[in-house]
Amino acid sequence: MAKMTMVEAINMAHAWEMAHDSSVVVLGEDVGTNGGVFRATVGLQQRFGKARVQDTPLAEGLIAGTAIGMAAQGLKPVAEIQFMGFIYPALDQIASHMARLRNRTRGRLTCPVVLRMPHGGGIHAPEHHSESLEALLCHHPGLRVVCPSSPARAYGLLLAAIRDPDPVMFLEPVRLYRFAKQEVADDGQALPLGCCFVLREGTDVTILTWGAMTVDSLKAAEQLAADGVSCEVIDAGTLAPLDFDTILDSVVKTGRLVIVHEAPRSCGLGAEIAATVAEQALYDLLAPIRRVTGYDTIMPLYRLEHDYIPGVARIVDSIRTTLAE
Amino acid sequence: MSGQRIVAQFEIPYRACLDGDGVPLGALPAWVDDAELLRHMYRMMVRARTFDTKAVNLQRTGKLGTYPSCLGHEAAHVGVGAAMHADDVLFTVYREIGTKFWRGVDMLDILLYWGGDERGTRYQRSPQDFPFCVPIGSQMPHAAGAALAIQIRDQRRCAVAFIGDGGTSQGAFYEAINFAGVRSLPLVCVIVNNRWAISVPVVAQTAAQTLAQKAIAAGIPALQVDGNDLLVVRDAVGDAVERARAGGGPTIIEALTYRLSDHTTSDDATRYRSAEELAAAHRLEPIARMRKFLQSRGLWAQADEDGLRAACSEEVEAAVKQYLATPKQSTDAMFDYVYAQLTPALRAQRDEARRYAALAH
Repeated sequence: MAKMTMVEAINMAHAWEMAHDSSVVVLGEDVGTNGGVFRATVGLQQRFGKARVQDTPLAEGLIAGTAIGMAAQGLKPVAEIQFMGFIYPALDQIASHMARLRNRTRGRLTCPVVLRMPHGGGIHAPEHHSESLEALLCHHPGLRVVCPSSPARAYGLLLAAIRDPDPVMFLEPVRLYRFAKQEVADDGQALPLGCCFVLREGTDVTILTWGAMTVDSLKAAEQLAADGVSCEVIDAGTLAPLDFDTILDSVVKTGRLVIVHEAPRSCGLGAEIAATVAEQALYDLLAPIRRVTGYDTIMPLYRLEHDYIPGVARIVDSIRTTLAE
Repeated sequence: MSGQRIVAQFEIPYRACLDGDGVPLGALPAWVDDAELLRHMYRMMVRARTFDTKAVNLQRTGKLGTYPSCLGHEAAHVGVGAAMHADDVLFTVYREIGTKFWRGVDMLDILLYWGGDERGTRYQRSPQDFPFCVPIGSQMPHAAGAALAIQIRDQRRCAVAFIGDGGTSQGAFYEAINFAGVRSLPLVCVIVNNRWAISVPVVAQTAAQTLAQKAIAAGIPALQVDGNDLLVVRDAVGDAVERARAGGGPTIIEALTYRLSDHTTSDDATRYRSAEELAAAHRLEPIARMRKFLQSRGLWAQADEDGLRAACSEEVEAAVKQYLATPKQSTDAMFDYVYAQLTPALRAQRDEARRYAALAH
């Protein structure tokens, strides 16, 4: 088994599925000759040809809309939106059509599309390159929203996303693209969508997070372990539809929930999770649910981005607060 | 000015086969010798109009939701249907019932759709065609995507997309035709210029002299045709379809017609356009013109007309009866098609909807 970064694992998942399913077609800006600005699709055009790895014109709405027409014709498009901050022109196609095609045709036409996009900040990128907009997507019934947090999970979840019969928004945390190498077997094994991953078991408090914030959450758990605090760290993995069974089981066990996400707090996914846990497990809670999130500000330019992104200190403080309540 | 030269020039041809009275303007295409095809195309226009008139009446009597009439567009719609092959794929806006009927969509489907029931998009005889597209212009990238899929698989088919005059102001239109041009996609785009986007006339929509010329910027051949002339629509779109299917790339055809109806049954066009303009447009409507042409060739008699009207009315009444007798879907139908499989959260919501639906009955 080879050790590799997340971006290499993503590339490997593309290659596996393209080699095993001739209906898989990659499209997007700079994905062909250039192999993607993060190199996620590097080598694919050389290996599979220009027909199956398409450099599109620079138009995100076109990429999303074209993928819909391709999918309805029986292809499985895997499209890249270069940065999540550029998703807005594609939202009309995603919300008005991609999410709805199965429903509005009573299942006659479907949309097995994967839209991949770099998610979040932390890499000193320019304006509009560091957004965490998962809540925009999770609000639309008909979409699956997935956010891997390690090379192995990126490989397995991307395979699952491509094989899924419904549209999947695949959010790739940019901070983790080359953060750490991990052994990943190129065995074509998909991981399940719609399942949380328990990254660390614990008994005192549940930390629910996803994407790059899993790294900080695990560090916080490690730090608190030295003080005898036992944190359970859960990676949501699939943000929509969310696996509440795992979350609720954990909360019933620990009695405490801290939700950590990089996106702004108001109307963020944390609010939805907190509301559902309160509805279904309020009397199992020993303390109020807490959220550690990005602020309700515009994502700052990069000199301040690490003051915006919740770090280990904020997570630790929040856990200490909930433990004291 | 010294050093200046012209680097690009363009012209937009205009084509028509018949004048406003159905008199040929010159030599007609060879396929026009197919009398049965001509009669069938005419019948399909009358069929669409008979249905359309009934649908408006159903809305007026509270038996159908908001409905966008196709009155006046019959030649543009039927002509495109007649130009397509069964294995081509169609992308419409929301008025093109003449095209949908040509491709085998049931009247019941159209009634169900505008009557608030998703089952009206089943299209059993044209299973690849997309349903109506309400967000203006957003169907264009789907058509480009289907055309790309056809090209990738090296199939001898094409995608045909309608768009309206207002739709050509949308970014999605430009993005899609730009892509179709640069990739030489098998796509035929028919701009149905009915002069009005609800209350906004074309002169307020764009300073371009024609809508067809927007194709020039995308590197796509374009022409303008008389959209009330069934023969030229079928002929021009037919040429474009054959070219696209043969790998010759996209074409954009602007069909000039006129929306003789209100925008939808919720609209009142007397607020923004004159009775004189409307009356003048009525004189150019497509059905009477085609009938005159058929009569002039001895292909259509009063008895044919009487028989056709009776048959269309009977068919429409039967479809309406079926529509009115169709029970609404159960509340489960809201949940059944959100994903391929019901999620646990949706199952709980479905059960809640079931309980309240049971209480209401």
